[in-house]
Amino acid sequence: MFKWLEKNLPKIVIAPSIGLISWFVYGFILWTFYISFTNSKILPRYELWGVGQYVKLWGSRKWLIAVDNLLIFTVLFLVICIVIGVLLAILLDQKIRAEGFIRTIYLYPMALSFIVTGTAWKWILNPTLGIQKLFIDLGFENFTFDWLVNREMAIYTIVIAGVWQSSGFIMALFLAGLRSIDDEIIKAAKIDGANLFVVYGKIIIPMMRPVFFTSFVILVHISIKSYDLIVALTQGGPGISTTMPALFMTQAAFHKSQVGLSAASAMMMFMAVAAVIIPYLYSELRRENVS
Amino acid sequence: MVALQVKDLSKSFGNTRVLKKINLTIDEGSFIVLLGPSGCGKSTLLNIIAGLETIDEGNVFIDDYNVSKVEPKDRNIAMVFQSYALYPSMTVKENIIFGLKQARVSKKKIEEQLEKVASFLKVDELLNRKPSQLSGGQRQRTAMGRALVREPRIFLFDEPLSNLDAKLRVEMRHEIKKLYTSLKTTMVYVTHDQVEAMSLASKIAVMNEGIIQQLDAPQKIYDKPNSLFVADFIGSPSMNFIKGTITRDSNSIIFIPNGENEINFDLTHYEFIDKIEDNQRIVLGLRPEYVSNLEDNNKNMKKLSLKPVIIETTGFDKNVTFDFAGSEIIGRFTPNSGVELNKNHNVYLNLSQISLFNEKTEMRM
Amino acid sequence: MSASNSLNYKKLEDKSRIKNLFLRYFLYIILGLFAFYFIFPLYVMLVTSFKTMEEIRQGNLLTLPSQLNIDSWLVAWGGRGYGAGDTYLRPFFWNSTKMVVPATIFSTFIGAMTGYVLTKWRFKGDNWVFLFLLFGCFIPYQAILLPMARTLGVLGISNSIFGLIVVHSIYGIPFTTLFFRNYYVSIPNELIKAARIDGAGFFKIFFKILLPISAPIIVVTVIWQFTQIWNDFLFGATFSFGEAAPIQVALNNMVLSSTSVKEYNVDMASAIIAGFPTLIVYVLAGKYFIRGLTSGAVKG
Repeated sequence: MFKWLEKNLPKIVIAPSIGLISWFVYGFILWTFYISFTNSKILPRYELWGVGQYVKLWGSRKWLIAVDNLLIFTVLFLVICIVIGVLLAILLDQKIRAEGFIRTIYLYPMALSFIVTGTAWKWILNPTLGIQKLFIDLGFENFTFDWLVNREMAIYTIVIAGVWQSSGFIMALFLAGLRSIDDEIIKAAKIDGANLFVVYGKIIIPMMRPVFFTSFVILVHISIKSYDLIVALTQGGPGISTTMPALFMTQAAFHKSQVGLSAASAMMMFMAVAAVIIPYLYSELRRENVS
Repeated sequence: MVALQVKDLSKSFGNTRVLKKINLTIDEGSFIVLLGPSGCGKSTLLNIIAGLETIDEGNVFIDDYNVSKVEPKDRNIAMVFQSYALYPSMTVKENIIFGLKQARVSKKKIEEQLEKVASFLKVDELLNRKPSQLSGGQRQRTAMGRALVREPRIFLFDEPLSNLDAKLRVEMRHEIKKLYTSLKTTMVYVTHDQVEAMSLASKIAVMNEGIIQQLDAPQKIYDKPNSLFVADFIGSPSMNFIKGTITRDSNSIIFIPNGENEINFDLTHYEFIDKIEDNQRIVLGLRPEYVSNLEDNNKNMKKLSLKPVIIETTGFDKNVTFDFAGSEIIGRFTPNSGVELNKNHNVYLNLSQISLFNEKTEMRM
Repeated sequence: MSASNSLNYKKLEDKSRIKNLFLRYFLYIILGLFAFYFIFPLYVMLVTSFKTMEEIRQGNLLTLPSQLNIDSWLVAWGGRGYGAGDTYLRPFFWNSTKMVVPATIFSTFIGAMTGYVLTKWRFKGDNWVFLFLLFGCFIPYQAILLPMARTLGVLGISNSIFGLIVVHSIYGIPFTTLFFRNYYVSIPNELIKAARIDGAGFFKIFFKILLPISAPIIVVTVIWQFTQIWNDFLFGATFSFGEAAPIQVALNNMVLSSTSVKEYNVDMASAIIAGFPTLIVYVLAGKYFIRGLTSGAVKG
């Protein structure tokens, strides 16, 4: 009896982990998946109803705005974070004095919660007392900056705050990548007569492909899950002009008593994430197996 | 014609002096190997010649021009690195012609050069592959192609064979040798492997702790090493060192090994023996091939009866280690010598092949 | 070739020196601009929190307060003292603390053991198990909010700190497992084999051999979990309300509550209080954290 225990001890030890994750991750997702096919309103009902919730979802104006906002935000967020991240990483790679200090400044936003970030930027972008007043005081008398309460522009305020929070991390990823490049390649390029721009453009950046890939996955993932930042910055407003899928899901379940609809929206979010993560994990695992 | 000259070159990294007033003259068409252990400064010297490191003091001249402040790309040099340093995202072809493109050479000339080099190094089949798809030897040949295509005045090699396995190393060493004999371009080669140095060089610069201990043809360095360091570094198994004192008699000069007062060597025949004073402490060096089980008809043989403590078979001969004079000496015996552990055996030392070193300065006398 | 060539060499040398100097200045300017962009909000938060509302209305984002008025800080932390309807951060700060510590310890320990088993006690399919667990890092939590809310209700621990501890502990497991697994993978197996030959068993090897050399990854994991849990809003807002809420939920409530007058200085003080613990952890230990995160912990 003891022999069996000893032999299987490792498996017994990780059984709780596997059990918990099976239930609370996979089990729960399946439950949500199931509910998305029911007509649950305030409480879950378990009779299958077909794809009615999904039809309702994609017919909902609010959901379509949410998806549209998500696309706009994701593209801008992705591109700007990577551009800033690469730029700052290259600059910091040039043997700067006080590099550690500057890095701390670029990275500390990541330590803050999205609520803190949202609260701070909400104040900064305050239509009367924030940026607008600052520029007016600086002499630009007719300057207006009311993006926060402007239906068309509010989504871009979220981009500004999101980029502020996350681009430092992308910079850290690229800086680590740059630092891992073999010194001798740079020496060879110098002998070959390549100037700084050519070295970065034609040699170093192409070598950073894995980091681009990782950054892409991480940023898209953050973007799809955006909830806290929106709640703190705009509450989805003005009106519903900055609503996003995560907001839609919560409001449907807890404010509109539409549990089935909420489940459907949650599954859409899940599928979006899976579409990005699964290929990523697959290629990473293949790389690990090959090497 | 002098291709490369280094004058009074010094370099420090922080508080460490890595190169101490180095002087080096290299004739055109010669193959110089900078040989030494890690940290001796050989790579730093090579990087300074290439222009990849700054100079603290001194100057570098290529073809009589002071290139000390000139960029690497304008020095007419090419370099092959230990890790090949191929550009991973480019094909073999793009790697090779990269330097030419940076120099804005005409497309036609580029194609010409590429064809010449690719067929010479036999990489013409590989032109469209990426470095990750090449074997170690193919990568090294691509790296050489990149250097060759520039038609430089001087080739620089920074331990190019260290990353290869033993068999490949020998193969590539021969390729480099063939390259040299067909091109006869000046080459400066850095390595810590004395076998490589001996086989490739027309002259070896043995370096230690930032200075060049000896600059000579390989055979000369082998036969007449300048210092204990050089004598010990070159040759495998390494030279035997016996410490002792010289006693001058009325008509003979005798060497008495430490701790062996019964035994003495008659060194009257030694070429520079007059330079040695009475009671001077010296180190006597003798290569293992001159410690043998065979008696020679040489009048300077010394016969000893010694006990072997280790016997190693190489196939060609036997390396036998003996206790002597408080330490050990190694001899090369014929395979059928009948030598056995812990049984005294006759050992013949050929004293006409000795090197004497001042014990304190470690320099040759 | 003659002296004219050496002249060419000299001209090249001067031109490149000037170009380098120019680029250097340009570089520092750009770095400076971005430093300003990143520091700006922190500066604004601090400065605003020390102003009076009058000063806020008169001045702008950049103006300094005439004196360091700490009233808004006191209100943010301890309230105005008029009983019902007065929200302030102190109790919620402690809620978060009571939540973070157990959840971090629990998930870190489980992650360490799981990472240990998956790397040093290999079995058929262990890579699949890892992948199975890893997936939990990436799921959008919206997909589990509904069932979790129900489960907490059924278990009677909804709207409690204990409930939040449970939630954070469970969903921390995939991350902590990832960190420890990637770290232990690069520890040579010979270490374990030698220990087994010496007769050490499963737990002994873990506590006597692996744990002592796990300091770097424990730091990374603890900092990560602490930051994630302290900064959480979604779980806090969904599974608790009122008294059991964690600090980020309280912060949001305070900022959004429409009392008669918006007190921006109190908002800012509250934000700083809520962000302070994670900020301090980052400033002190961030170097180790980033190093661990970008080197191996998240690569796979």
